[in-house]
Amino acid sequence: MRAVTVVAFGVFRDSIRDRIAYGLVFFAVMLIAASILLAQLTAGQDVKIIKDLGLAASSVIGVSIAIFFGIGLVTKEVERRSIYSLLSKPVTRSQFVLGKYLGLTFTLLINLAMMAVALYAVLAYFDWTATPGLRASWEAPALDPRMLAAFALIGVELMLITATALFFSTFSSPFLSVALTVGVYIIGHFSEDLKHIDTIVKSPALATVARGLYYIMPNLTSLDIKSEVVHGQSVAALHMVSASVTSSLFIALLVLGATIVFSRRDLK
Amino acid sequence: MTGQPRTTLRTWFALIFLAVGAVASQVVVEGAIQRETVAPTVDWIQSPQLMRRLALSFDTLLADVYWIRSVQYYGDTKLSSEKKKEYGRLFPLLDMTTTLDPRFNIAYRFGAILLSEGYPNGAGNTEQAIALLEKAIKEMPEKWQYLHDAGFVEYWWNKDPNAAAKWLLRAADVPGSPSWLRPVAAGMLAEGGDERTSRALWTELEASAEHDWLRQAARRGLMQLDAEAAIAQLQPVVNRFHDTTGHFPASWQEMVRERLLPGIPLDPSGRPFTLDPASGAIDVDRESPVFPLRRSGTMPRLTQ
Repeated sequence: MRAVTVVAFGVFRDSIRDRIAYGLVFFAVMLIAASILLAQLTAGQDVKIIKDLGLAASSVIGVSIAIFFGIGLVTKEVERRSIYSLLSKPVTRSQFVLGKYLGLTFTLLINLAMMAVALYAVLAYFDWTATPGLRASWEAPALDPRMLAAFALIGVELMLITATALFFSTFSSPFLSVALTVGVYIIGHFSEDLKHIDTIVKSPALATVARGLYYIMPNLTSLDIKSEVVHGQSVAALHMVSASVTSSLFIALLVLGATIVFSRRDLK
Repeated sequence: MTGQPRTTLRTWFALIFLAVGAVASQVVVEGAIQRETVAPTVDWIQSPQLMRRLALSFDTLLADVYWIRSVQYYGDTKLSSEKKKEYGRLFPLLDMTTTLDPRFNIAYRFGAILLSEGYPNGAGNTEQAIALLEKAIKEMPEKWQYLHDAGFVEYWWNKDPNAAAKWLLRAADVPGSPSWLRPVAAGMLAEGGDERTSRALWTELEASAEHDWLRQAARRGLMQLDAEAAIAQLQPVVNRFHDTTGHFPASWQEMVRERLLPGIPLDPSGRPFTLDPASGAIDVDRESPVFPLRRSGTMPRLTQ
């Protein structure tokens, strides 16, 4: 366990030094702050648009970091040949992969927390400056704690995408890994369409394949509750738990798959 | 050592020269080239369902973008100097907005006002306004406000009290709806529509509006009613002038001189009413915020 922690801490240290990651998070925070200006154009939908933009920016930036940094976790070490010195220490390949995954996940969750704080700060400013009449017109309070549920599921989605990127990067080129991970992300958001494709296509074979894909691929739609929380609707605890547990199983499967593939990989 | 400052000076000189040259060139080119403007109004994706799928998990954010576009499109068209104002894209934009975010309350309620508002201040298309509200009712059957708004469009713009009463009675059946809906509907069915019922509808809309924009629209409606009432009082005075003199007054000043009016009559927004010397018809000024009144009449149907 100590070896995993050491590797994870190394990833975290490297990523907070990385200017690109900094830049992306800074960009997201600026985008959330800039939503104050954009909200002026929305005919009274200021709080809604700030929430929409804040949650969307957190998700997009988080997913971008998860994909591009997730793919580099293993491949960079192999390309730089620094993997040899790492593996010469008392670290197994499985511990190396798990440590890398946990390190980036921790970084992503810290980034997500920063973006959540930025969003709540902007909303607090709006809440503070709003008249009682304007406040009464909002569908949900500006500082609605239900948004934390959306952030929590975005966090689960980022963990899932990181695991996917890590898995693909253990056996394919960086370019192909990006393409495959983006593919999983897109298909994951089409899962409801895959489930009901029989209402669109006439071919039973195609419908069966699509339904099979629906069960094989992680359902990212279930992790998207942005619309519900923005409109002040409650999300059932059962939904939160079931979506998180299912995603956790996929994460465990992908990380385990990555350790198995990487353990068998010939690094010579 | 000695060459370095000269190089720096040259570099600065080149930088300033290039900056001035680039800006000057842009100004010259801008004036010289008469470029054919590409219609900025092309919607590359016209299917709301396709757009919803392409948006992945960012459909509500995209709905915000389309809502901003709807409001800007309406504002640009309304304020344009073109004689024939074309609101044809307003409904597709609102349809896209509400498909991307089916619970976008203001897009339904305010969108219906923009669509039904009399031409040229709005699209003057009550069918589309009702269609948008029906979409909202299907999505959120628990909200009586959309049924009320549909009744309002029928009553105010379509002048159909029976159809309006049906909507209001449906609204009254929604659990949690206010108790005044049923009496107002009964009033419509009994009287076939009158100023008192209109005033009650506008007043209740103002009270139930969740947003300032809706409240302002309701206040404007009440002002229009006041303007109509004022015209109803002024018209007999103008007619009396005609009966006495054999011609309609050339201006309000003429009537003031004849001591028929204490001063130039103003509409509720503070602008003088217009008076047609040929027919004696009174109306609100085209520049008035309360223009057009329902009796002004010009509401061409726009087809999609």
